[in-house]
Formats: sequence, structure tokens, C-alpha cells
Amino acid sequence: MKLHGIHAPHRKNTVDSAPTRLPVPPVITVPMSMNIGAPAKPVVKPGDEVKVGQMIAEAGGFMSAPIYSGVSGKVKRLDEIVSANGRFDTVIVIETDGAQTMWEGIKPPVVTDKDSFVEAVRQCGCVGLGGAGFPTSVKLNVDPDRVHNIIINGAECEPYITSDTRTMIDSADDVIYGAQLLQKYYTADRIVIGIEDNKPQCVKIMQEAGKGVPSFEVASLPALYPQGGEKVLIYNTTGEIVPEGKLPIDVGAIVINCTTLAVIAKYIKTGMPLVEKVVTVDGSAIANPQNVIVPVGTPIQNVLDFVGLKCEPKKVLYGGPMMGTSVPSLEAPVMKNTNAILAFDAKDAEDPVPSSCIRCGRCVAHCPFNLMPAAIESAYNNKEPETLKALKVNLCMECGCCSFSCPARRPLVQVNKLAKAMLNQYNAEQKAAAEKKAAKEKEKEAV
Amino acid sequence: MDNMIVSVNPHVYAKDTTQTIMRDVLIALFPAVIASIVFFGVQALLVEVVCVAVAVACEWAFEKICGKPITIMDLSAAVTGLLLALNLPVSIPLWQAAFGAFVAIIVIKQFFGGIGQNFANPAITARVIMLVAFSGAMTNWVPAAFSNAPVDAVTAATPLALLGAEGAEGTLPTLAQMFLGARGGSMGETSCLALLLGGIYLIYRKVISWHTPVAFIGTVLVLTALLGQQPLYQVMAGGLFIGAFFMATDYTTSPPTPAGKLIFGVGCGLITVLIRVWGNYPEGVSFSILLMNILNPYICDWTKTKPFGGVQA
Repeated sequence: MKLHGIHAPHRKNTVDSAPTRLPVPPVITVPMSMNIGAPAKPVVKPGDEVKVGQMIAEAGGFMSAPIYSGVSGKVKRLDEIVSANGRFDTVIVIETDGAQTMWEGIKPPVVTDKDSFVEAVRQCGCVGLGGAGFPTSVKLNVDPDRVHNIIINGAECEPYITSDTRTMIDSADDVIYGAQLLQKYYTADRIVIGIEDNKPQCVKIMQEAGKGVPSFEVASLPALYPQGGEKVLIYNTTGEIVPEGKLPIDVGAIVINCTTLAVIAKYIKTGMPLVEKVVTVDGSAIANPQNVIVPVGTPIQNVLDFVGLKCEPKKVLYGGPMMGTSVPSLEAPVMKNTNAILAFDAKDAEDPVPSSCIRCGRCVAHCPFNLMPAAIESAYNNKEPETLKALKVNLCMECGCCSFSCPARRPLVQVNKLAKAMLNQYNAEQKAAAEKKAAKEKEKEAV
Repeated sequence: MDNMIVSVNPHVYAKDTTQTIMRDVLIALFPAVIASIVFFGVQALLVEVVCVAVAVACEWAFEKICGKPITIMDLSAAVTGLLLALNLPVSIPLWQAAFGAFVAIIVIKQFFGGIGQNFANPAITARVIMLVAFSGAMTNWVPAAFSNAPVDAVTAATPLALLGAEGAEGTLPTLAQMFLGARGGSMGETSCLALLLGGIYLIYRKVISWHTPVAFIGTVLVLTALLGQQPLYQVMAGGLFIGAFFMATDYTTSPPTPAGKLIFGVGCGLITVLIRVWGNYPEGVSFSILLMNILNPYICDWTKTKPFGGVQA
């Protein structure tokens, strides 16, 4: 079986752009919710001096990650903002001093076994840098014997983005070092990096860098979006299908983004946690598309000012055009999992006008998970949660292939998101009703 | 705040729209239009213009009256009008052609909710209705240019009638005449060459897939061979090519999955052969597609995709 997908335009304009460092912005705004799970808890207060690499927020629970400052300066205030996903979030606002003084406490962690390795990953503040923002330490906190395949995600299947490409070009050694660490602490049979074949230079570089590393291999995969989707990549590199409701580890796989791995490797080598990101800045409103090294928390406006705008941007995205989130304001900060900022002119920003479904079946033909988006849409419109359940809308990863290929420009991804929420609510209600019934019967029995 | 547009992903789209798809179908029908004029004269063009104009006008008027968005720019009404015209004999009175276009758009398409909602192919259904309503005019076959009908003939039997019935007069056209279109029949169905060109264009442009036409034509080829008919004649005769490439592939009334398309195509082929060999009508393509249109929801149900990693509760 071959998984479907789409031939999205590549537009990898910035492959050859070695990242340049953004001049220190006057102010950074670091949000506490940069990962899936609990937000981090601030450990600094207004007036505190902070330095580069110093912790400013601790993990807010197991499913969380600490946050470190990417600048030296003074904490101005803690603030509430509405983030791009519409939720309230706390931010730490830091006024920079431009000196970029390093924090004295930076030293490589002591890693001796799997547990200390996972603790180091936790301390480095890493989250899934491919975009998902899943706390990496949680993912790695598994029984090593269960891991058969370690899959490094270098697919970078989204159009425009080249930050992972640059990681593989500029930090291949870190990726390999990270791979060796994983191999040391997990008993995987195989460690494979999946790269789309539109990046032959990365395939070559990783093959060179990985020479002599036992059971390491490079998989050159067809450039078919969404090649870098977790379940897609697992299937295409191992043939394993992650069943509904299960995790990759249930089929013996760990998938880790190549940049995430490089950041972990760097931290274990030097003690410098995740404080800055390589961000691809591109799109039709950008004068000089390029890769930029940006401290986490830098307002998008500063990044756009640095690279230069061709015209006023009408739509700006965190991430790629297939799955990226549009930001309501240029004040929005670069986050840990921001790998690109795309700014589009009025023409590209325009929302398409939907027309009636013509039942061409393209949404079905292009869905990597064989779902039927048009049927899901009608079930959602008719408010039929049972049908949605049967159609398995819960499997949808919102990759956007259906909307992309729809000639009637139906908002299928949007409806899938809403349908998932409808199904979740329905399932919760069903569960509550069942529990209530069970409790009543118990009561009756007692009488 | 900054007047920024915020919307759900994705933020890029494929180039194809409903309009470009319908435009491609019109382009694909262009060779058949040329062939109809070559073999049946300028009157063919007149019938085509009338059908397209009435179809588009009916769509516009109905949507205007109902206060619905006007969709004539998606070109689907033009496609329906042109397909209907190509399925009519050139001698059809223009008012009957106009009536057919009216039935296709108003009764079959708009009464069921417009584009994407009709259960049967509008052009096919309108043709079948006309066949019943105006059976004389609908089976009045004018001899085609370059055909081997007698020079002074007013009417000419179609190859299928010649193959099927005793008493039908005339000589069978050669295979070359069949392929090029110099034979009796509906004005757009006779030239297999023109239709094949259009079909290949549609497959190349990924507007249709090969499954339906190959299954449809293949089934007719194999079954007629098994039944001792003349398979090459059977395949090129009647409306098989226009039906297989342009009518049975209608998105709304045929299944979306490859498996469904194969079942649909085989079903069409089977019914066509049954009608041609044992039925009262010499030709069965329209009826076969119409019948399979009715079965379409069941085929869709049988050929539902299996979600990747889905677990049955």
C-alpha cells in the first residue's frame, strides 16, 4: 500500500541561505505555552536581571518543558496575551541590554544512563521542533527495550521551509552525535533518517556524516507531502502502521525531528539549552528570503524589519503554508517550535471563495490516511456524530491535503477540526451518560 | 489590529478549480465538435449553440428566481448543454433540442439542488427523456458525409441497427469509417478518433482517471467477443466512446474511488451489451449509464476507503 499525498510546490528558495544572526531586538516577549501540555511557570519577576541561557520558567508539570532566556537584560513585566491559537497566555517581557552576557551556570550535563539522558533532554527545554511542540523528554521517557526503530525526521515536506535542511547542512555532526546518544541509551535495531529526495545534498551530507555509525541509514523518500507526518514517516521507513489511539512506541518507533536532535546534542556537549531558533523567512511579501537565527520570544515584526518587506504583509504564518498558523498581529513572538515565518502579499493572503462540492473525489484520493473529507463534511453539517465516528475523523492529522486539492475550495480542514471537536464532545457525553446509568443501577441494587 | 487575514490551514491551493475542470472538459469536447461539423454540416454547430445557450440561460434564470448564487461561470451548464447536443441527431428540431437542455438543467440538475447534487447525469437523462418523448426525431439518422450511404439517401441506419436487425438497409461502414466518424449516429458520438483525443486529454490533465473508460469499453469488447458479436464494431459503434469518456466519468453520479470506478465501468459495459444484444433498442449506452447512476450510492458504500490505522469498534 502506498500512502497518498500531494505534490505541493516546493519553493525551497532559501536552501543556500546560511543562517545569519538577527541583531538583538530591544525587547523579547517569551510565551509560557510553547509546548503541548502544561504551560511553563515563570521563575523570574519584574526587575530581575537575566542572562543568555538562564532559566526564566520551569516546567509546569510532567508534560511540559522549562524555558531559558535567549538574551541578557532585565525582566520588565509579566503580561497576558492572546496567542495565535486564540488562548490566553502568560508572557515574560525582557528588555535586552545588547551585551548577550552568558549565564555563569552553563555547563554540560552529566549523562551516564538513559534516565540521566532523559533528564538532560528535559533540562534543555526541548519540544518537538518540527512544529508539534510535544515535550521531547516525554517522548523519550520510554522503556528502551521497546524501541526497535529510531526515526530521525529530516523530511521537511512543507513548502518554503529550509530550517531543518540547514540543520542537516550546518550541524550534521550534532545530528549524528544525537543519533549515537539515542543508540547508546535505547536498544534500537535501526536508526534511520528520512529525507525527501528534493534535498539530495542533505542525503549526501548525512550519508557522509553517518559513515561508521553502526545500523545508521539514510532513507531518501519521495517528495510527496506530508512525508514528514509522524505516522506517514513511520510507515514509509518501517512499514509499521500506528493503530488508532496508539503511539509510535506501540509499534516500537521513536520519531524525532533532526533539529530537535541537534539541539539536544548541542546541550549535552556544551550545556547551552534551547534559546534560539533558525527561522526561514520567506513568502511573497518578503524582499530577501533567508534563514535567520532568532532568540525565542523575538516579535515577528523585528524579524520582518531585518529581512525587509516588499509590501505590507496581509497574512503572516508560523510555519509552512500547509499546516502553518496565521498570526493576528506582528507582535506575536517567535516560539520554540517556529521553524518559519512566511509573509504573504494581499493576493496570496486572500481567502478562496468556496463553491458547491462537485464530488470529484480528490479529497479522498489525496488523503494520506484514506479518510473521506467530503463525507465528513456532510456528516458534520447534518450533526451526525455516529457517522463521524464511523468515518474516523479522529485520525485526521489536519495536513491540509484535502483542502489543497479541492477544486471547489471547500474548507475541509476547518470542518475536520470542528468535526473532531463535535465527536469528542459526543464521546464525553456518551461516557457520562453510561456512567450515570451504571451508578443508578448500582443504587437500585443496593436498595 | 494590523488588518491581518487570519484563516485555517492550508494557505496554498492546487491550481484546479471547478471552472478549470469544466473548461478542460469543453476543450476535450472540441475535437468532437469539429467532427460533428465535418460529418453533419453547420446545422450541427447550430444545435450545439442552441443547447449550450439554453442550458446556461436556464441555469442563470433558475438561480436568479430562487435567489441562489449564480454559478454559470463554473461552466458546468455549458458542459451539460454541449454533451446533450453531441448526443442528438443533427436533424433534431431546434425546439426539441432546447427542450432537452431545459429538462437537463432545470429538472435533473437544479430541482435536485444544483451542481454536485443530482443523482443522475443531466445530459444522459435528458437524452433518454427525449428518446421517449420524440422517438421519431431522436432516431432519424441523416447520412454522414464521407459515409457509404447512397448519395440520394435521406436517412441512414446506424451501424448498430445494421448489425442488429434484419431488414435494415445499407452496407456496414468500414472500420476506418467507424473510427473517423463517417457513419450514422448522434452528431458527436460517431468520431471515435475525436472522442479518444478528448479522453486522453482529460486523463492527461487528471480530470478523469482511466478506470471507468477502460472498464466500460473493455467489458463491451470482451463480452461481445464472447457472445460472437463483432467486438471492434461494437466498441466503436453507438455512443460508447462519448459515454465511457465523458458521461460515465461524471463526478457527481459516479464513484470517487478506483475500485468503485471499475465496478461502475464494468456495470455500464454489461448493461450496454445486454441491451444491444437482447434488448429492443439497438443502443444501450445511455440506459446503462443511467441505471448505474442509480446504483452509484450503493457502489460508493461498497467501496468506501479503509482509514489508515483505523480500528473497528
